[in-house]
Parts: sequence; structure tokens; C-alpha cells
Amino acid sequence: MIGFALVFGFFAASLALVFNIWRLVAGPTLMDRVLAFDTMVINFIALIMFWGMQQETTLYFESALLLSMFGFISTVAFCRFRLRGDIIE
Amino acid sequence: MAFLLELLIAFLIVVGSLFLLVGSAGLIKLRDLMTRLHAPTKATTLGIGSILLASMVHFIVVRGAVSVHEILIMVFLFLTAPVTAHFVAKAHLHEHLRDGSELPPTERGCGWSTFDPGPGAPDESGQRPGPRSDAED
Repeated sequence: MIGFALVFGFFAASLALVFNIWRLVAGPTLMDRVLAFDTMVINFIALIMFWGMQQETTLYFESALLLSMFGFISTVAFCRFRLRGDIIE
Repeated sequence: MAFLLELLIAFLIVVGSLFLLVGSAGLIKLRDLMTRLHAPTKATTLGIGSILLASMVHFIVVRGAVSVHEILIMVFLFLTAPVTAHFVAKAHLHEHLRDGSELPPTERGCGWSTFDPGPGAPDESGQRPGPRSDAED
């Protein structure tokens, strides 16, 4: 049963990634693209967690943690650059 | 008991995936950026929380040991989602509504604090105002 749920999860997360790519390409403003990229990172973390559950290994948790940190820092740095023209003042 | 735990894990995975899907569908369906911000910051965060909870229960069942990596990821994502939304909204305001004329009135003495100095900001002479006088009566 977990196997079926994981297959459903893979499909759902992949479809969500396709939606995010649509917004990333079509987004009328720059901030739409930043938001789509931030959501893409979260969906990718979900995919990594599903993969780790399917393989029954805890090896991928560090990569998920690093990915979440890099997603947050890149989004904040980009928004800060657009706001102030500088990242660290 | 094992069947019930499996049912719980499968339920958490399906609910989390549905929330991820709803968040990303809202990202392409909603009207403009300020409404679009709602979908990823709330629905997607809830979905990833459910998936991490499912992974935690799964590794308790499989390994027999509590893994705390998921709690770390969950806390980090739940803490950073509002900060990200705030920064995106603020950058959007500064790019597209530069004079603030399209924003509704605040109905307070000061304007929107993104554009105007807030209630605690120093005035022209550099003096910080004391506590607001209308807070005393």
C-alpha cells in the first residue's frame, strides 16, 4: 500500500513541478519566476523524500536539508538584490 | 498494528501530495502575484510537512529508531516560508506599485510602511517619537 501511495506521490510531485515550470516560463513578472523557483525547490524536496522512502535509506535527508537551505538563501538574496541593489550592505 | 501504521503512512503521503498539487495548481491558476503568493506559501508548506511526517513514521516502522532529520527540515521550511513570502511581496510592491497609489488606504496616521516611515521612525530632526499619545488614553 505504501508503494501505491509513493507512486501517486511521485506523479503528484512531478505534475506540480510541471506547473511550476509553466509559471517559471510564462510568469509575467520577475517575482513570479522567483516564487515559482522557490516552489520548485519545495516540490523537489518532496521528490527526494519519496525516493528515500522507496529505497528505505536515510542517505538523502542531508541533500534535502541542504536544498531547502539553498532555496531559501537564493530566494532571499535575489529579492534583496531587487529591493536594494545590493545583497549585503 | 502494522497494517494501521502502513495505512497512516499511505494516508499522510497521499494528503501531502494532494496539498503539493493544490499549491502548484494555485500558482498557475490565481490572478496576480499577491494572490498567487497564497498557494505556495500555505498549501505547499502544509503538504511538505505531511510528507516529512510520513517519512518519519516510515523510518520509525522500518528502522525502529526515531530519525530527527525530518524535524530539522520541517522546522526550517516552516520558518522560512513566511520570510520568503514577505520578501517576494515586498520586492513586488517596490517594482510595480512604486508610489503606493494602487494600494488601499491604511486608515491610520502613517501610510504603508514599505513606502512611508512607520510610527516609530525618526522625523526630520532625527528625533525618535516617544510612545504614541493616543495609546495612553
